[in-house]
Amino acid sequence: MNIPSDLRYTANDEWIKVEGNLGTVGITDYAQEQLSDVVYVEFFVEEGTTIKQGEAFAVVESVKAAADIYSPVSGLVTSINEALMNTPETVNDNPYGEAWMIKLEISNPSELDKLLDASAYEKHCQERAGE
Amino acid sequence: MFIPHTDSEREEMLRAIGVESIEALFQDIPEKQRFPQLELPPALKEMEVAQELQTFASINETSNELTSFLGAGAYNHYIPAAVDSILRRGEFYTAYTPYQPEVSQGTLQAIYEYQSLMAALTGMEVSNASHYDGATAAAEAVSMAYHHFRGKRTKMVISNALHPHYRETIRTYHRGSEVKIVEDDKQHSEKFERLADLIDENTALVYVGYPDFFGRLFDLTDIANSTHGAGALFAVSVNPISLGLFKPPGEFGADIVTGEGQPLGIPLSFGGPYLGIFTTRKEHVRRMAGRLVGETIDTRGQRGYVLTLTAREQHIRRERATSNICTNQGLMALAATVYLSLLGSGGLRQVAELCYHKAHYAAEKLTALPGYSLTFPETPFFNEFALRCPRQVKDIIAFLLEHDVLGGYDLGQDYPGMEHDMLVAVTEMNSREEIDLLADRLAEVSYD
Repeated sequence: MNIPSDLRYTANDEWIKVEGNLGTVGITDYAQEQLSDVVYVEFFVEEGTTIKQGEAFAVVESVKAAADIYSPVSGLVTSINEALMNTPETVNDNPYGEAWMIKLEISNPSELDKLLDASAYEKHCQERAGE
Repeated sequence: MFIPHTDSEREEMLRAIGVESIEALFQDIPEKQRFPQLELPPALKEMEVAQELQTFASINETSNELTSFLGAGAYNHYIPAAVDSILRRGEFYTAYTPYQPEVSQGTLQAIYEYQSLMAALTGMEVSNASHYDGATAAAEAVSMAYHHFRGKRTKMVISNALHPHYRETIRTYHRGSEVKIVEDDKQHSEKFERLADLIDENTALVYVGYPDFFGRLFDLTDIANSTHGAGALFAVSVNPISLGLFKPPGEFGADIVTGEGQPLGIPLSFGGPYLGIFTTRKEHVRRMAGRLVGETIDTRGQRGYVLTLTAREQHIRRERATSNICTNQGLMALAATVYLSLLGSGGLRQVAELCYHKAHYAAEKLTALPGYSLTFPETPFFNEFALRCPRQVKDIIAFLLEHDVLGGYDLGQDYPGMEHDMLVAVTEMNSREEIDLLADRLAEVSYD
């Protein structure tokens, strides 16, 4: 399982990459594996939407489930990855790269402190695997 | 009898909800109502029961005994014998989508054929596996439009000439939700100006009948353009038989087409079971309610059928599902499929032409009588028209029934001020003699 060390994670299996006050958000390798083949990605937000930490911004649908994707932090959405709507399978192929979902301007950087680092997230995944 | 709960489980459940006994759960019902004395007559023998029920049944008069000109959403068409004999085959004789669907390839293939036929008939790209009836389908169209705009547009502009029962069902469905239903106040609108005036940037859906409740047919180009100009979705409710003859709503740019499928080989049967037709454009498929059958290839490269896009549905998508309907009207969808397959496009056109010409013969004949005229003389109609009568329609209907004629529909029931307007339906089942008989009777009723 791939868990890059330079990202922050939520317990709901989203990742965020922070560069200055900009964040890029997607779902983790663990999440895509659990979902299996992703067939559809739908966004609830658009450029310019303000979202709160924990708010659902998209739904990812696989052959066996539909899962809401929640924003790890509050902020202003600056772009969404519209390409995913036509090529949802990239969520399986490249969850940390090509299949990023939204970019946002982080409005409250202190929220980042509540997120998990790579080792804490790895532990979280292992715990669930053991269930 | 198998009772799954043990006494100790019951006690545990009662403890969990903090109730002393099962009786305590019923304390809101007055005690004397809980176990009322039923005072039933003594049991009858099977033969006696059969006779009694037969007596009750024979009190009903149906379109078999009466000469019927009643339509208003349900129509008396000829049903080829093969429809029923295929429906009653053991392999098909269930009205429900099977729980392990892929095992029932025959059922899935029949639904797939049904979907293909409905898409072709309405001029749309996708059909679901059907709803319960035309009214349910109409209410689902409103739900779909609401979800299409994620609740950002809440206004549904609905033609006052859409079937009154459909409008009522839409209101029932959406009672207590954010959805706002507005109707034009004038059912006589020829060019939909009144309806178009109601469209604004909060409008999610514009809904019209084609033909409308009065049997009228309008060119939908302008209203479709006004709707799309405001960014809203355009929905059309159809009588499927009329599409054998007239331009399908898909060609007017409809986003959703719904309809009552009963005319397609389904008997009147006192109001049901009927069939809800629902078709749309491919781009909207994920917000469409109901089951959807798709065609695929199995591991051996053979064609097979599956339930597809099920993640739209509530058992997977939970509260984000756009509908709580996960079922279809399987047996009636099969009836429509068999009916259309037997008729073919030429046969359907023939049925539609017969309805059209007989209805126009009737209109000509009836309006030649003193005191009778068309309520909407300028508007083209299909198999049904509003007839302005010299007396109240309820009296006319009672008079006709005395002569074994089931008259039309009293429009005053739904449209105040139209107590003298009778909706007259004519199908291929009505002979020239029957139409002439109706004219004779109506001539009598105008003179007393």
